[in-house]
Amino acid sequence: MSRIQETFNQLKKRKEGALITFTTLGDPSLRRSVQLARRLAESGADILELGLPFSDPVADGPTIQASYQRALKAGMNTHRALEAVRKLRDKVKTPLVLLSYYNPVLRRGVAGFFRDFAEAGLDGVVVPDLPVEEAEPVSKAGKDAGVNLIFLVAPTTTERRLEKIVKAAEGFLYLVSLLGVTGARESLSALTKKTISRIAKHVEARIPVAVGFGISKPPHVREVIAAGADGAIVGSALIDLYTSSASNPAQALEKVSAYVHTLKAATAKKA
Amino acid sequence: MKKTSLSYYGRYPDEKGKFGRYGGIFAPEILMPALEELHEAFLRHHRDPGFQGELGRYLRDYAGRPTPLYYAQRLSWRLGCKVYLKREDLTHGGAHKLNNTLGQALLALRMGKKRLIAETGAGQHGLATAMAGAVLGLKTEVYMGEEDVERQRHNVYRMELLGAEVHPVKSGSRTLKDAINEAFRDWIAHVGDTHYVVGSVVGPHPYPLLVREFQRVIGKEIRQQVLEKEGRLPSLLVACIGGGSNALGAFYDFLEDPSVQLHGVEAGGQGLRTGRHSASLAAGSLGVLHGAYTRILQDEYGQIETSHSISAGLDYPGVGPELAFLQETGRLKVYTATDAEAVEAFHMLAKLEGILPALEPCHALAHLAKISRRLPPDSIVVLNLSGRGDKDLGVVQKFMEDRK
Repeated sequence: MSRIQETFNQLKKRKEGALITFTTLGDPSLRRSVQLARRLAESGADILELGLPFSDPVADGPTIQASYQRALKAGMNTHRALEAVRKLRDKVKTPLVLLSYYNPVLRRGVAGFFRDFAEAGLDGVVVPDLPVEEAEPVSKAGKDAGVNLIFLVAPTTTERRLEKIVKAAEGFLYLVSLLGVTGARESLSALTKKTISRIAKHVEARIPVAVGFGISKPPHVREVIAAGADGAIVGSALIDLYTSSASNPAQALEKVSAYVHTLKAATAKKA
Repeated sequence: MKKTSLSYYGRYPDEKGKFGRYGGIFAPEILMPALEELHEAFLRHHRDPGFQGELGRYLRDYAGRPTPLYYAQRLSWRLGCKVYLKREDLTHGGAHKLNNTLGQALLALRMGKKRLIAETGAGQHGLATAMAGAVLGLKTEVYMGEEDVERQRHNVYRMELLGAEVHPVKSGSRTLKDAINEAFRDWIAHVGDTHYVVGSVVGPHPYPLLVREFQRVIGKEIRQQVLEKEGRLPSLLVACIGGGSNALGAFYDFLEDPSVQLHGVEAGGQGLRTGRHSASLAAGSLGVLHGAYTRILQDEYGQIETSHSISAGLDYPGVGPELAFLQETGRLKVYTATDAEAVEAFHMLAKLEGILPALEPCHALAHLAKISRRLPPDSIVVLNLSGRGDKDLGVVQKFMEDRK
């Protein structure tokens, strides 16, 4: 059983949803991004999603675009991302999921990419611009390396596509909760809740469903879990929070840590 | 009758949107249903005589087609071979871009979309989308890199006069590739009522197919016109390649005529060795950019590099997947011309023919000037003059002053 699966199983027993945090590798530096991720795990994050920065992130809003730019400027690349994952794996037992656009994966060679990151201790990979139709060689490389290939589904995903995706998906389904790019939003849309219940109903617990995009506050986390999701993904809100105090790293970590505690507390399922 | 396996037409793109190993769909899941819907709508309407009739009317009466095939006598004397210019610069708006935007805007109208969005580099595609949006009554918004907004003030104003809203893009390198990213982000958020008018034969399937089909009118006209004037096919077609829509539009209807050589010319910028160029076919490598597997400019980790060219319309780190495929099969030969060579060709055409060409096709002309003496004496060359040069006067002026 994969580490991701095991995490979801244990959370289910504890009647909790998963809190998945997203941060960028290398923002503001390799060392500090590893430090931040480690702190997130210690503060209650159940899965750490780590962004491999890319020059042209079409599915991301201003927060993550800026974060990727800072990381690239600071010298982050695939080679150094491996080093970051290795360092994190030494410190935490939390499942580690890498988000990478497809081109950096291709450039390293799909099989080599998965093999190298598996050796570094990675558990899953999300490729936001790889639809299920093109995923076969990537799926195979993931299986060979023992790394879960995680797929996205969206409010626009039809039942026919959804079934194809569920069959190919491993680890969990990453449900994009809105029509838009990543970024903190004030409130959840009616579409989000409708989409969650539609997808959850179709999936029938064959694979956990985690909801991301626009989730920034404990009430959002509570709402998506109540709507039937198995996890909530928070990214831009954490990056905004950390970056707003980046000049004082110790204070930034404290702030983010306290916030993650409140997000995690919101994952408890009501009896 | 069964076609032989040598035939090209009807085979590409295949059902996965591929040209050999190139192309495909590498797009966020949110857009997948919209791309499928667009493909189906295109196949349905494109064969509808009503749609073709309406598009034909707009192309003729609004865009000014067919554009002339002009025998450039003084240029021919200079180059030592018979040169025809396909005058896309005389299309309404001053470039071939309108062929595509009229087609896509009509398609959007039939799909019930209320709003057009587009990316633009120099502003020609944005302008052509604004024209199509205005004439068909569709709200139009254009994404343009902040740096290009600065470089092309006049085109921004033109678009605004035509009722389009221009959004300067501040992310990334603040040029065309970032404008495309931002247009995709807009589309992701408004996929229900909005059609994204991609401006070249790039992007995820079905865009390379759509844009090719709407630009094929160039090659169809060339074929008919050259047969009327010469009674035989040209020996060589030359066109510049940025994303590749004018080149593919001109070349496509000659792909199965082996006697017709096809030369595509990319922007060599300050020279391939300096790394400051836009030559994705000549000097790029395999990768995925903006939804398609093609040749791109990237670093060793797969980060997209910033391209360079004096001509904003060629300044793009990717290229249409079908052109990458045609290059791989050997059907298309790819060359480059530098900024300086393009500017020299600009002056040559201005003085010899009284035509101020856009800097984009000047790359094609510069290449032709290099090889013309080696062509067989009875060669007939057609050069696709994809746009007019009004937009580039400031750039040329500055280039000449900097050189002093």
